[in-house]
Amino acid sequence: MLKLKVNDTDVEIEEGLTVLQACEKAGFEIPRFCYHEKLSIAGNCRMCLVEMEKSPKPIASCAMPATDGMIIKTNTPLVEKARKGVMEFLLANHPLDCPVCDQGGECDLQDQSMFYGIDKSRFRENKRHVPDKYMGPLIKTQMTRCIHCTRCIRFATEIAGVTELGAIGRGENMEITTYLEKSMESELSGNVIDLCPVGALTSKPYVFEARPWELKKTETIDVMDAVGSNIRVDTYGWEVKRILPRINEDINDEWISDKTRYSCDGLKNQRIDTPYIKENGKFKKTTWQIAYQKIVEKIKQTEPDKIAGLTGDLTNMETLYAVKEFFNTTIKSKNLDSRSDFYYINNENRQNYIFNVSINGIEDSDLIVLIGTNPRYEATILNLKIRQAYLKNKTEIYSLSNLGDLTYPYEIISGNTETIKNIIENKNDLSNKIINAKKPLIILGQSVLKIKSGKYVFEELKNFLTNKNKINKEWNSLNIISNNASTVGSYDLNIINSNNEKNITLERIKNNEFEILFLFGQDDLKFNKNNEFIIYIGSHGDKGAEMADVILPGAAYTEQDGYYTNLEGRIQKAYQASYPPGESKEDWVIVNELSNLLKRKKLYKNKSELIDLMFNYLKNNIKNNDSNYLESIFFNEKISVEDIDYYYSNVVSRSSRTMSECRNQKMKIQVTGTEG
Amino acid sequence: MSIKKISKEQPKIFEFNSKNLEISKKIIENYPKGKQQSAVMALLYLAQRQNDNWIPLAAIKYVGKFLNIPYIKVYEIATFYSMYNLAPVGKYFLQVCTTTPCMIRGAYDLVEICKNKISKNQGELSKDGICSWTEVECLGACVNAPMTQINDDYYEDLDKEKFEKIIDQILNNKKPKPGSYRGRKNSEPENGRKTLTEFKNA
Repeated sequence: MLKLKVNDTDVEIEEGLTVLQACEKAGFEIPRFCYHEKLSIAGNCRMCLVEMEKSPKPIASCAMPATDGMIIKTNTPLVEKARKGVMEFLLANHPLDCPVCDQGGECDLQDQSMFYGIDKSRFRENKRHVPDKYMGPLIKTQMTRCIHCTRCIRFATEIAGVTELGAIGRGENMEITTYLEKSMESELSGNVIDLCPVGALTSKPYVFEARPWELKKTETIDVMDAVGSNIRVDTYGWEVKRILPRINEDINDEWISDKTRYSCDGLKNQRIDTPYIKENGKFKKTTWQIAYQKIVEKIKQTEPDKIAGLTGDLTNMETLYAVKEFFNTTIKSKNLDSRSDFYYINNENRQNYIFNVSINGIEDSDLIVLIGTNPRYEATILNLKIRQAYLKNKTEIYSLSNLGDLTYPYEIISGNTETIKNIIENKNDLSNKIINAKKPLIILGQSVLKIKSGKYVFEELKNFLTNKNKINKEWNSLNIISNNASTVGSYDLNIINSNNEKNITLERIKNNEFEILFLFGQDDLKFNKNNEFIIYIGSHGDKGAEMADVILPGAAYTEQDGYYTNLEGRIQKAYQASYPPGESKEDWVIVNELSNLLKRKKLYKNKSELIDLMFNYLKNNIKNNDSNYLESIFFNEKISVEDIDYYYSNVVSRSSRTMSECRNQKMKIQVTGTEG
Repeated sequence: MSIKKISKEQPKIFEFNSKNLEISKKIIENYPKGKQQSAVMALLYLAQRQNDNWIPLAAIKYVGKFLNIPYIKVYEIATFYSMYNLAPVGKYFLQVCTTTPCMIRGAYDLVEICKNKISKNQGELSKDGICSWTEVECLGACVNAPMTQINDDYYEDLDKEKFEKIIDQILNNKKPKPGSYRGRKNSEPENGRKTLTEFKNA
């Protein structure tokens, strides 16, 4: 521990911190532009100057390591004069366009010039003009405003792992750009907008939409992937204007993926705001009453076993639980599942379907093996943590398939199930590596659980790792990446109808054995409709609504409170930021009302009763059976990673214009092959 | 000095010739293993030499691939240093020093002559494409101000008439004699002084 004195306040800090961090700890805020906790130190904005005893000049506190016995002053006239001088130089070339700048109101330069700015300029020369750069469909540039802090460059190089941003030229003529103004090829590119302390990089879809003080801010949870990033949703009336990250050191630090950030315009498009009924092949607007009546009639005419339901990828846990109860008690049908594909799942124990080591635990691992997963697209934030682990510990990373650029180096070993068999039978070099590693991390993706030997791969690997004591109380080396926000929640609530590990409900749906099919926000179902009566309950007019006979308008994730369990099994609550449009209702209300009409009894009096019952269920159904070894059949087949249409993976992103643009951009790059 | 203009006409391919390939391998060997990126400046200069004294984008990519550095990093370096030319220059490339000592001794007169005789703006080729000029910062020959660098040689102690003659020679594709144009040897004192105490008010 080092002892320092900051403005006569004694402060004790750990070794390796900077003077700036010491001042923060003592409770004195230091103005800064280039310094950022998560990035390397640049020390080029000079705004953080402080006075140090025995130093003839003020020092840049962000770049000066703190040492024992330092005496720092942050509020002397010298410091203020120095900072005023720095600010004058920064403002010399900064345009006075705050009234038309999107950063206005949340601009570091604007805020700090309130303290250190001079009211008039002594700069008589022409201001510098810098041509704007193209950085892709997400980032709007206004490079004249740039103050050369290089945060964006450091983010792209260090965190995102794409060295595409750089500073060309020098001195006053330095310009930030991508190589030949290509768009930034990263799923984290949007974060440079948050990092930019001025309005040089702003959000293209959000341009001139609103001022920060007009927006209502709601802290909530993201559902675009299973990571459950913490976000803040900014709304203006009903419209979700933008989504920003919220700091959560356990999950997303302070980054979010572009899909999380920019899908929000999908909440405005393609919305179902009133019930529809299909008549003669065409959808007609109708009322809730008529729609409900039709459904009730149909259900009453049908045997319970001929009714099935599938829940969706964005459904919150309250709705899932309500649907489960609805099927159990109201309809009395067992045919409810949450899987729209034939994924193998062993839900005897919760450890069999979650990411056991937790997102932060990745850093402790000393060997990572990716099997049938592309974390860059399936869980962008998780990929970022793997990259950080690599940078920190030079962790060895292997993959069974060629995944292209993952932003860190990895070794490809042949992608067959045979390889896994060899590993288990100690015939592959990798088996020794796994055995010798202290904390190996085997990551299974959904693509491998879908193949014929999905069961073999999972059960045999589990058996192998258990025997080698790689699955124990401290470290469970077998981890699953779920793709959807609702996956783990559905498994926790046992929304699975398996027999012999087969998805019976889905099998029977594909065989057209049902007469009524409920789709609760389920849009990924691929089957040939025969004579089924399909009821779609959801927020967007997409694939699910297209084949429906009755559509009931539901709410999207920003329009209702709801719990979600992320891939590491962490339960988090998403809060309502907006309200359902038109006549649409919260999903659980629809289920409750249907139940009322069918049985003249509501399932729940109110939402808090539903939540209590749900948590009660979760508490009483903790899955910790130490399952026995399960026999499985081996097929020799290729393990390929399903190509995920990253920008089109769910209804919200599919309805988003921004996401379509990103997708087109990416396709264009792939087609022309401009690389190299 | 404003940001360097990048030529609009770019060759599609650039590759080191066999001689330069050998030299570049030797340069890389100068650096410890895993630090081969340090050779980037030397290789860029090599590429410039090979390609008529300017670096095309293809060469930036080539060097990036050669050393396994992202293109943007190589691009940053190429745009940072003024000795890398990113657009074609003439067979005779004039760099007129305009930093203070040269400026006081009449460097702007030389610039005027360049404007009249070679091209209106710096960085442009002359009509016959044989010559181009640019203003540069101090070239370290202040004692012999004003001066100009033509390709690899210094032309010192110039004035209007002498400089005009030099340019006329260049435009006729003749290489003028480098060195001092007032008959000095390097930067020796004029009128044969050996010490400062010999003359008053020296």
